Amino acid sequence: MDCGVVIVGAGQAGFQTALSLRNEGYAGKIALIDDEGRVPYARPPLSKAYLKGTATAESLEYRPAEFFVQQAIDLVLDNPAVALDREKRTVALRSGRELEWSSLVLATGAHVRRLPSTGPEPFYLRTFADSDGLRNHLAGADSLLAIGCGFIGLEAAAAARAQGKRVRVIGAEGRLMGRAVSPFISAWFQAMHEKHGVEIRLNTAVRRVSESSAELPDGTTLAADAVVVGIGVIPNTALAAAAGLAISAGILTDSWLKTSDPAIFAVGDCAAHPNVYAGGLARIESVQNAADHARAVAATIAGKPKEYHQVPWFWTEQFEAKLQIAGLAVETDETEVRGDPDSGKFSVYNYKDGKLKFVESVNQPAAHIAARKLLEI
Amino acid sequence: MPSITYISNSGESRTVTVDSGVTIMQAAVRNGVPGIVADCGGECQCATCHVYVDGKFLGLLKPAAEDEDAMLSLTASERKDNSRLSCQIVLTDKLDGIVVTTPAIQQ
Repeated sequence: MDCGVVIVGAGQAGFQTALSLRNEGYAGKIALIDDEGRVPYARPPLSKAYLKGTATAESLEYRPAEFFVQQAIDLVLDNPAVALDREKRTVALRSGRELEWSSLVLATGAHVRRLPSTGPEPFYLRTFADSDGLRNHLAGADSLLAIGCGFIGLEAAAAARAQGKRVRVIGAEGRLMGRAVSPFISAWFQAMHEKHGVEIRLNTAVRRVSESSAELPDGTTLAADAVVVGIGVIPNTALAAAAGLAISAGILTDSWLKTSDPAIFAVGDCAAHPNVYAGGLARIESVQNAADHARAVAATIAGKPKEYHQVPWFWTEQFEAKLQIAGLAVETDETEVRGDPDSGKFSVYNYKDGKLKFVESVNQPAAHIAARKLLEI
Repeated sequence: MPSITYISNSGESRTVTVDSGVTIMQAAVRNGVPGIVADCGGECQCATCHVYVDGKFLGLLKPAAEDEDAMLSLTASERKDNSRLSCQIVLTDKLDGIVVTTPAIQQ
């Protein structure tokens, strides 16, 4: 008997799994388990338009609450899964409710990496509540200290600077967005931020933070009206690990997103999956990864098995620059710049052994789309 | 309060009325109109909110910007002269009565 599908986590990957199951014609029971108490919503604007105040809370919702009723998706709000029983095929929720499943999809996402704190906590940016809190606090602040020079720290910095705040960015690494972009793009974005008046300090690992300060390795303390920390995330693997599923930098899956238990899938930020573009296991935090994982798993559960092999793509918006990346920023040995970087419209093509690996486009959407097609396997 | 009519690929029609300032994508999603997916939530990044705009209204729209034009080359259903991404069209009273057709597939 089909006991249906339980999806643990109602972020992009979990929501998309539920939606795609119905689109694929799956008619069984679907339960979507949320732990935040909000109808599923899009996270990308939390460090962009929502933070700047140009998007409303309602506009972030993927679908209104009625949609889930109409689609017979049991949206369980603010009731996290606390234990899995793989023998009985059940998941227990915090409230004590127990749900049976025939297929289980773990879309547990990730939580922010934190810094040791000397007092009241600084802001982090992961949930709606995080972004809303920072947005309200920034309204009455003159200065922001962003710790972390990845997408989140830089997007927050740009949003605050655009509102006229004094902004400083402190990064532990030697260049901006080092995990995700080429050195050329790092340097171009640093120059752009500096041109806009953002002060950037790299190679500086913050030791401790508070709501209004950061302590540097040399003992000096920097102060600001608001502090936001964006130093990466840690996948939520505890539930899977406690149930004995294999873990490797995330919940380990095969290329069909099946975990070490073939009735259990993992999708999105939490899934360490074989990725052809990475040349091995990868755990990727992006809209594309979450949505395409979800679609593949939904098709498989609906009886049309689908292996995952999509081209990774990413985007970020900082000031007037929209950066789109196709492919993964792996090690390369040749870089070609097309267009004029000084004009603010250009693309960087990155090669390894003569083979195109990834393409970064700044304000050149057509080049980005062409690159996605070029990189398709 | 502009109204908008969505005609599905199989010919079913749904009309909804929304506040000015809402996009054609948002109006569909908030009112449970099928046929529009909108993976990226309106960021012009995914081409899954593709619609065909009725010819009578096409001239009232601002032409597609560079990013929308690029994204339209990735639509799952055929791109036509009246293809647009519905997340990029903001409804105003001027567009009251606009009619769009949703494609057979979005992804």
